[in-house]
Amino acid sequence: MTSQVSLESYLNGNKQQLDFTWEVKANDRAYHKQFKKRVAFCLTRKKYMDNAIKTAKYNVLTFLPLNLYEQFHRMANLYFLFVILLQTIPEISTLPWFALLLPLSCLLLIRGLRDLIDDIARHRSDWVINSRPCEILVGKSFCSQKWRDICVGDIVRLRKDSIVPADLLLLSSSEPSSLCYVETADIDGETNLKFRQALLVTHKELVSEASMAAFDGKVTCEEPNSRMHSFIGTLEWRGEKYSLDGEKILLRGCRIRNTETCYGLVIYAGFDSKIMKNCGKIKMKKTKLDHLMDKLVILIFMMLVITSFCLAIAAGFSAVKFHKEHSYLSVLYDYTSPAEQAFFTFWGFMILLSIIIPMSMYITMEFIYMVNSYFIDWDIEMYYPAKDTPAKARSTSLNDQLGQIEYVFSDKTGTLTQNIMTFKKCCINGIIYAGSENSENKPSKASWSWNPYADSKAEFHDPSLLEAVLRNEDPIMQEFLRLLALCHTVMVEEKERGQLVYQAASPDEEALVTAARNLGYVFLSRTQDTITLSELGTERTYSVLAMLDFNSVRKRMSVLVRDPEGTIRLYTKGADVVILERLCDDEPAQAFTQLALDSFAKETLRTLCLASKEVKEEDYTEWSKKHHEASVLLQNRAEALDKVYEEIEQDLQLLGATAIEDKLQDGVPETIQLLKNGNIKVWVLTGDKQETAVNIGFACHLLSDDMEILEETEICQMLEAYWVSNNNLCSSGESLCALQPRPGSWRQGRMALVVTGDLLEKILGTGEKVKQKEGFWARLACCKTRMQPVATSSMEKAFVNLATSCQAVICCRVTPKQKALVVQLVKTHQRAIALAIGDGANDVNMIKTADIGVGISGQEGMQAVQCSDYALAQFRYLQQLLFVHGRWSYLRICKFLRYFFYKTFAGMMVQIWFAFHSGFTAQPLYEPWFLALYNVFYTAYPVLAMGLLEQDVSAKKSLQFPELYKVGQKNELFNFWIFCVTFLHGTVTSLASFYIALLAFEDKVGSKATSDYQSFAVTVATSAFLSVIAEIILDIKFWTVLSFLTIAVSFLFFCIFSLFTQNFFVFRKDPVLFRFPDASKNALTDPYVLSIVLLCVVVNTIPSLTVRLLRAITGTGAIQDKVHSRGTRVEDRTVEMQSHFRRRSLLRRSSYAFSHKEGYADLITRGASLRVKGSKNRGQVSGSSSQDMQQPAREDVLPSTASSPSVFLQEYK
Amino acid sequence: MRSLGKGGRLGVLGHPAVRELVTFGGCQWLHGCGTGPFPARRRSSVPLVTGPSGGGPDSRAERRLRPLLSGPMAVNYTAKEEADGHPSGVGAAGGGSGGGAGKSRKPDNTAFKQQRLPAWQPILTAGTVLPAFFIIGLIFIPIGIGIFVTSNNIREYEIDYTGTDPSSPCNKCLNMSWNSTPPCTCTINFTLDHSFETNVFMYYGLSNFYQNHRRYVKSRDDSQLNGDNSSLLNPSKECEPYRTSEGKPIAPCGAIANSMFNDTLELFFVDNETRIPITLNKKGIAWWTDKNVKFRNPSGNTNNLTALFQGTTKPVNWPKPVYMLDSEPDNNGFINEDFIVWMRTAALPTFRKLYRLIERENNLQPTLQAGKYSLDITYNYPVHSFDGRKRMILSTISWMGGKNPFLGIAYITVGSICFFLGVVLLVIHHKYGNRNNSADIPN
Repeated sequence: MTSQVSLESYLNGNKQQLDFTWEVKANDRAYHKQFKKRVAFCLTRKKYMDNAIKTAKYNVLTFLPLNLYEQFHRMANLYFLFVILLQTIPEISTLPWFALLLPLSCLLLIRGLRDLIDDIARHRSDWVINSRPCEILVGKSFCSQKWRDICVGDIVRLRKDSIVPADLLLLSSSEPSSLCYVETADIDGETNLKFRQALLVTHKELVSEASMAAFDGKVTCEEPNSRMHSFIGTLEWRGEKYSLDGEKILLRGCRIRNTETCYGLVIYAGFDSKIMKNCGKIKMKKTKLDHLMDKLVILIFMMLVITSFCLAIAAGFSAVKFHKEHSYLSVLYDYTSPAEQAFFTFWGFMILLSIIIPMSMYITMEFIYMVNSYFIDWDIEMYYPAKDTPAKARSTSLNDQLGQIEYVFSDKTGTLTQNIMTFKKCCINGIIYAGSENSENKPSKASWSWNPYADSKAEFHDPSLLEAVLRNEDPIMQEFLRLLALCHTVMVEEKERGQLVYQAASPDEEALVTAARNLGYVFLSRTQDTITLSELGTERTYSVLAMLDFNSVRKRMSVLVRDPEGTIRLYTKGADVVILERLCDDEPAQAFTQLALDSFAKETLRTLCLASKEVKEEDYTEWSKKHHEASVLLQNRAEALDKVYEEIEQDLQLLGATAIEDKLQDGVPETIQLLKNGNIKVWVLTGDKQETAVNIGFACHLLSDDMEILEETEICQMLEAYWVSNNNLCSSGESLCALQPRPGSWRQGRMALVVTGDLLEKILGTGEKVKQKEGFWARLACCKTRMQPVATSSMEKAFVNLATSCQAVICCRVTPKQKALVVQLVKTHQRAIALAIGDGANDVNMIKTADIGVGISGQEGMQAVQCSDYALAQFRYLQQLLFVHGRWSYLRICKFLRYFFYKTFAGMMVQIWFAFHSGFTAQPLYEPWFLALYNVFYTAYPVLAMGLLEQDVSAKKSLQFPELYKVGQKNELFNFWIFCVTFLHGTVTSLASFYIALLAFEDKVGSKATSDYQSFAVTVATSAFLSVIAEIILDIKFWTVLSFLTIAVSFLFFCIFSLFTQNFFVFRKDPVLFRFPDASKNALTDPYVLSIVLLCVVVNTIPSLTVRLLRAITGTGAIQDKVHSRGTRVEDRTVEMQSHFRRRSLLRRSSYAFSHKEGYADLITRGASLRVKGSKNRGQVSGSSSQDMQQPAREDVLPSTASSPSVFLQEYK
Repeated sequence: MRSLGKGGRLGVLGHPAVRELVTFGGCQWLHGCGTGPFPARRRSSVPLVTGPSGGGPDSRAERRLRPLLSGPMAVNYTAKEEADGHPSGVGAAGGGSGGGAGKSRKPDNTAFKQQRLPAWQPILTAGTVLPAFFIIGLIFIPIGIGIFVTSNNIREYEIDYTGTDPSSPCNKCLNMSWNSTPPCTCTINFTLDHSFETNVFMYYGLSNFYQNHRRYVKSRDDSQLNGDNSSLLNPSKECEPYRTSEGKPIAPCGAIANSMFNDTLELFFVDNETRIPITLNKKGIAWWTDKNVKFRNPSGNTNNLTALFQGTTKPVNWPKPVYMLDSEPDNNGFINEDFIVWMRTAALPTFRKLYRLIERENNLQPTLQAGKYSLDITYNYPVHSFDGRKRMILSTISWMGGKNPFLGIAYITVGSICFFLGVVLLVIHHKYGNRNNSADIPN
């Protein structure tokens, strides 16, 4: 996000950056009021905005013009307006004015009402925001006012937890040194606190309200801009200039924390504030169907133009004939040439045929979308009671795409996992202690009473372990727990008496330390070189001699301590492979521990091995020297240190192993399984380490043991193979083909891909340089120079091909930008619909890029949710969202579209056929009122009911048979082909309605109808209307009361409106408007006409019924097929299970995972992070390490050292 | 890229103090701002407890703090958000005050909202649809036969008297124009082989006559025809160019009226060289509503049509004004039924219009007995220029109207096709249908 912002600001802000023309004088409102800004021509407005924001678009006066202006921005509306204007030209006016105006104004009215309601809501929320209270310095004292009263130059007092109302310059605060802590969660999603600090001079001088009131400093800075993180300006006060930067600015929208009061000078108010400048327009996402529809409408329009053109040419020829021969008409042609006549007729047909463009389709569809979104909001199945959060469809126009998802890109932390680590099991000296699984055995409060420090929320509880610990007999157990309490980088704070709060770099560590604490080995405090524990009540202070830090190569961390007795011990914890090879030989418990590790791994728990040893005093002194030497090295210090660490971490004694569960969100494995069954590919994109990611992959059943997991080297090989073959092909001039399928697993797709961000960068060519590690890369590089775009895109393509043929893909250590890139890659190369789900600010890019972004609400900041299209409370609700709502929405929209096109064609194409029999004069066939009411009143409601309520199978079945979802992925329900069929169907219907009536009317008479135009029009209209209704009766598969009602209403409207527009009363009032007096009554009481209508309806319904029945009989496109395929899939699964067990023994997956980063031990030993007086400045010495630290340590930032964790797993195999 | 971090496991770093320090360190490093007084100051006050949820690795603490942190957005930039009730705004909690109200945002558990409305879900199966086919077939075929038989029982006799054939008596009148004087007359003799038992309808038929031409259709003024006095003298613009003639408004105006069919047909029964005229009833040929409601003469104090139509002129092609169409006052002016029939424009270029009725006088005699007849035509109406045809049709009528083989055949055909389809589908059903009957998903 920042990158976008900065780029944007770079592009648009370069010029502004230079001129510092924004002047703010404190406590001087009059000064600011004098400045005006030219807006346009001679219009000016105040240069300095006030703090009232107005997001509402309209007010009472502007609503009508602005709303109409906006509505006519839509092409369709504009087109119809154009047609209506055309109608006013009598020469070409083929339809009376109301025939199009009525439906159009209905649509405009409905949409206008909706906009009005929206805008009223906006007004209301604006009002709420603008009425928030704040304290402004008025005269000599602060008085409570509203946000909207704030002006630039005012001094504002903010209290703890209040929201910053405008961009302020921090003048002073109640804290020492005028520090002020702000939380920017609502701006950038970071939930950590940031500090701001006032200038020294204002901190010192502005101590009282009186001094505030007297403050007359003048700030000169940049014009308002959208650069969130930069601010440059100067404060001029008492003849001196002070420079200002972003660290002194409180941005609107932040929240004041931990600061009693602070004072700020308003710099930018209201819309000038950075956050408001930053809220750009939300890019509208369009669904696949939207695009298709736009194309189809254009296609229809083109067809219409061509048809009109052809008919106009014919009209030209017939004009010649009429003029010369038809004496009763020739006068009409006296003043126009045939060419002119053709020209007029062209426009006449354009008007007449414009009814074939489904005008009301968009608005009806929007309504359907809206209600379907409400169904999502209302779904109780997606309501998360724990947080009182229902699901929320924030975007109301993407529902159908929820039924077409092919790829789900998921964030890991917070989305799949809860980011809660729980200590699940441990193996001490070969004995496995497992916490009780069921919550019934949960310890009561009393059982912790022996331990004042116990954290009662910890879930691990094993009475036998507790007993053993309390017995305090087993030295190994003591060591084990001591290790847990000692060997870590956790910081502790004592909140109240005995209330310890641990802050750890990784939740794993915290879980371990907490586990030790609950077992009586409480980590109490740490200083730079000591750690104090309470071991079963007795306080012991260990002096820390060295901390051997963790890094991703070492995969272990050690601490060297001297216990109170004076013995030096080394405690090490780390990955099993690393620890096991460093043990002194022949540990009796080792075999058991390995077995335990196996079983832990099977349960996808994260394991760590713990080991310790006693270090002799002389060994230590010797080693200490080396350590010191290494630590002062200027070059290759890290390697040297690693070597030194390696020396002492030998001959360890295995203590045991721990197993930590990275708690998944509820129902994640089931949901992923369901998604997989629904042919949705799930990719996990995480900033976490590879091991962690793979571990979670197994835990949530994304990966399974029988999958071949491809890692960096394999991927490179495969891509290289592809590249070579491709290169050959290129030279021989053949086109690219897909990757050469590798026999075996490749073909079966039993593969999973694990990609790291580094590799991704290489493949996608985002890196500046391609490292010339291997020949392949070298060749790639030179290839790049030769034909760069081709190579890159083909490489991308190859990668995407490879990745998409895998069952699961895990991308770890990816940056937010790469997340978005991966999504984009799949979107462009696969033309698939991608859904991205995430919870944090680092997923924002991805969420915005994906076709559908889902934000997990209520976890981290609001960022993800704000940018998302759908907000869910839990990952597992995705199944309901996709398989139920998505599928239904897709079904509904598709059926709706198909039917809507059909009814338009079926009803309106007759105009074209009639042209052939009316001398190409563009005479409308239907009664104008029928045309005007057909779309809005006669046929709109049943299809609306279908679009709202249609279900093919129930929600339960939808989830039971995820295979049904494939229909949407394949675009089966509405695509170009179906449109063509629909078009054909509509054409046939209209042909049948028209020609049956024509054959029956031509030169024949009924008992009442006398083959006159009005009877004919009524007959054709009635048969078309009934045929269209019959079609929807066949189409609706879910008959609710509403469906019956809408069909009844359609009939009712048809009758009522026919009666109304065709009675003599209105005819007398205006015979031009109501031209069909009694036509329906006369025609439709004639058995002759009735039998024609019946014939038409039956002829139109029979084919449709036949096709439906044929489908039902042969089972094409029916549910049965899918069920059948399900049967075969179940067989597959049994096979899978067998192989699962067979291979189990062959492969032990190491589930070591530890979301730790290096560098903390360093921090601790330097004391940088400790609030110990006198050690303050140390942390600043090493610039590089603080750079490291500056990076937020969540998963999304890569450590600066590029390591290859894949080596580790391979080694193990 | 600061904003990318969600603040995660930054144990040590997550601590605000450290974060400040670090940030500051970075700043110092980058800007080289030397040792300012800042570090000391920063250090001096450290917010301890409440701050650090961001960096705080204590996820439980984080959870505890969550409601505090994620209150409603500070500034609702898109106001819609707030209006919608922001998703995770955690109720109305404003900064941890809890918002008080325990109003749950749990959606209502109603059948409509949960999309569980009771519904009938008909499944198209061979069992339900195939009978429909047969039923349609079984209904349509008899109806078709019925219509066909009825239609066949209708007596119809048609004479083309256009006179294109040189041998035709009317050939001499072929090139007549609208109102040539004296009018051309011709007589066509014909023989009816069968007698017409019931009331006989006499039609005239025109073909290739575009009464549905758009500008022709429009060219009338319904207000005028409805007796509106102002429209009478000031006809609608739609009537152009037949709106005024010689400065006077035309009544009735427009192209339709102007081109009114004006042949006169007279029928004689020829019995041994004596021509017995057959009574042709000219009333009752228009729709009742047309005659009584839609068409009305202008109103005034007098019943004298001539006076009422004062100030108007006759249509160009007419030999005499509208108030002289007939001698009977209730069939004159705009309510002349011939005129009304003409004004009800035809849908298609080939059409027939009712001209006269021949009513059966008594039950003993057929309306038209078999024998020789002669048709006297006053040939005024020119159709030759556009290759038109004029016909005289005599027809009896049934409940279905006139003779009409098409509809009966169509019904029989459709019925048979339905039946046939039913059989074919039945065969297909037996061949394919059984295999997946059991696999249907019940709902």
